[in-house]
Amino acid sequence: MNRHLISAADLSLDDAVAILDTAEELAQVTERPIRKLPTLRGRTVVNLFYEDSTRTRISFEAAAKRLSADVINFSAKGSSVTKGESLKDTALTLQAMGADAVVIRHSASGAAHRLAAWVQGSVVNAGDGTHEHPTQALLDAFTMRRRLGRIDGLRVAIVGDILHSRVARSNVWLLRTLGADVTLVGPPTLLPVAVGSWPCSVSYDFPAVLPGSDVVMMLRVQHERMSDAYFPSVREYSRRYGLDGDRMALLPEHAIVMHPGPMNRGVEIAAGVADSVRSTIVEQVANGVAVRMAVLYLLLGGSGEER
Amino acid sequence: MSGQGSAARPPGGWLIKGASPLGGDPADILIADGMIIDVVSPARPGPVGGRGARTAGGAAAASADDLVVLDASGLIALPGLVDLHAHLREPGREDAETVASGTAAAALGGYTAVHAMANTEPVADTAGVVEQVWRLGRQAGHCDVRPVGAVTAGLAGRQLAELGAMAESAAGVRVFSDDGRCVSDSTIMRRALEYVKAFDGVIAQHAQEPRLTEGAQVNEGEISARLGLAGWPAVAEEAIIARDCLLAAHVGSALHVCHVSTAGSVEIIRWAKSKGWRVTAEVTPHHLMLTEDLVAGYDPVYKVNPPLRTSADVAALRAGLADGTIDCVATDHAPHPVEAKETEWAAAAFGMTGLETALRVVHAAMVETGLLDWAGVADRMSFRPAAIGRLDGAVPAGGLPGGRQPDDARHGCPLSAGSPANLVLYDPAAGGPVDPAAHASRSRNTPFAGMKLPGQVVATFLRGSPTVLDGRLTR
Repeated sequence: MNRHLISAADLSLDDAVAILDTAEELAQVTERPIRKLPTLRGRTVVNLFYEDSTRTRISFEAAAKRLSADVINFSAKGSSVTKGESLKDTALTLQAMGADAVVIRHSASGAAHRLAAWVQGSVVNAGDGTHEHPTQALLDAFTMRRRLGRIDGLRVAIVGDILHSRVARSNVWLLRTLGADVTLVGPPTLLPVAVGSWPCSVSYDFPAVLPGSDVVMMLRVQHERMSDAYFPSVREYSRRYGLDGDRMALLPEHAIVMHPGPMNRGVEIAAGVADSVRSTIVEQVANGVAVRMAVLYLLLGGSGEER
Repeated sequence: MSGQGSAARPPGGWLIKGASPLGGDPADILIADGMIIDVVSPARPGPVGGRGARTAGGAAAASADDLVVLDASGLIALPGLVDLHAHLREPGREDAETVASGTAAAALGGYTAVHAMANTEPVADTAGVVEQVWRLGRQAGHCDVRPVGAVTAGLAGRQLAELGAMAESAAGVRVFSDDGRCVSDSTIMRRALEYVKAFDGVIAQHAQEPRLTEGAQVNEGEISARLGLAGWPAVAEEAIIARDCLLAAHVGSALHVCHVSTAGSVEIIRWAKSKGWRVTAEVTPHHLMLTEDLVAGYDPVYKVNPPLRTSADVAALRAGLADGTIDCVATDHAPHPVEAKETEWAAAAFGMTGLETALRVVHAAMVETGLLDWAGVADRMSFRPAAIGRLDGAVPAGGLPGGRQPDDARHGCPLSAGSPANLVLYDPAAGGPVDPAAHASRSRNTPFAGMKLPGQVVATFLRGSPTVLDGRLTR
């Protein structure tokens, strides 16, 4: 495995399977009475969050703590960042403090890439702008494998704002590596102009895709898109690309419904769908901790004795 | 070559021996009193130089004792290069560049004249600011500085700047541009094109439809989609160029298109020229050489506006420059301090330095590929940009504003007797990796760092005085 996890596109099939298998083992730890391993004792993991994302930060924090790592949370709000400190200077500061891994969330695409050039520890991309969010794709794959028993050959529809979605990008690359067939669904305005070069299919017709899907992944519609002519109105978007009970009925019996959260209930997903037995939304959150434990474990070289 | 003289113009002038004018047969070039006195081919004594000059005048002008002799065998002599598009940053951003450091970089790159873009702080939108920039250039003495005036006050795009005052100032502004921003309002653009007809001006447009490029970071296409960076679509450039060509035709004025970057833009300009409209265009060295693939590592040294495009665009730009659809190479030299580039992509500044590498890049992209010979390089980097910038000494119908006479600051003149002695000696056999640390520019944001490029500027003469000798500044 590489020293960093910046893009799902960088993961080989062996890497990806190793992470999922390790996550499976570590998930069992979380089912024990004492949910903690000594593996990363004495190692320091910094959560460097330039964007508000309580969910992702807590997930990484829980993962690191269950491996006995020391965790430092560095939030852009109320830090020197608001005084204009550059990403590079922050990186050098963390370096000087001896961070073994830096988990970064940033609004700029490529921020994790840049950070990796300035620190010696491992960099884990926890979402960079509209580029990638590889641990989300890994936890999604983990969830699919747990629910459906495999990933190879699965037909996965990813629905919504593909253009601005780091989750969609990471899923396209990872699912391709793992052998799934991905179809991206959304209004043409929310698909990249060069999406034809991606290793997946594209459809503008959501109902037509549903009967042939094993997995439907609904993406959040950001509020700022609603005012910039990407679609005429929220209601029209919801009618054409939202998943309600009627549409869910078009899915095969075994199919699952996923959402990376946070949801806009009543926009891209109806409440009844989100709360249905097909929905994996709560499992995805739980699985996120196991997958992030696996990533930290593998990147930081496993047991502390190896140091 | 060895420079035996001091930086000052020796009383008797210079005899440059054995250089190849425009890559042709070797000749001796005699310079005195700031002028080319003669161009003599040793192989064919008598009528000489490929341009029919005779030796008699030169022999009379200077005795051999007074001459400083330069052995320039193996070197190519070109007319001093003229840049239509450089950001010298002064006044306002002297941490990135000054007129002195930028013109030093220009001289090292073989330039004898550079146009300084108007997006300084304060903006060069008044006679006072353009005269200040012009005077700073005279004081530095590395090359002539021709200030570009802003089209609109404060580059705000709403109200014309005092174009006439800048034209009639000591700076004699002829090129007007809001570069960095597009004059996107169609009526303002029309008025600007019309207004500058009174003093033979030209509007140099930064063609970028603003609404189509909000937040744009890189060329829109496969790379932008994959990297998750907001796309800068080719149509945002092409739509403005098409509109502006039509406007220039409608009002019968002169349009110059800055930094053309797409294959579609080349097509539109070719079409406009076929109509006989007064449209000219420039391409940057980086758009002739680099593609969007370099962006993949998110290193903002490759962040530039317009963005690096595809290899198909590069091929079309080269072809357009070769066939003359694109008139000239202009550097868009855009220095930035280190901290403006050592950052995440979206936060970084747009721009690349270019003055010190332009000729070498053109050598690699156009000459080594067989698309241009050295006469073609002289045309695209000196004769034509000088003509577009009204530096070639041509007096427009109706005379110069204010009844002024053309001064001695002519550029883009042939390498023959009677021309101002503005020339560059270039060693095409030299070459090596680009070392930003060796650059005279205050900034280091060259995308060519470490890249092996052919050639080396050996000497630059400005009105008979060397500004560069042995590849080093003389002052």
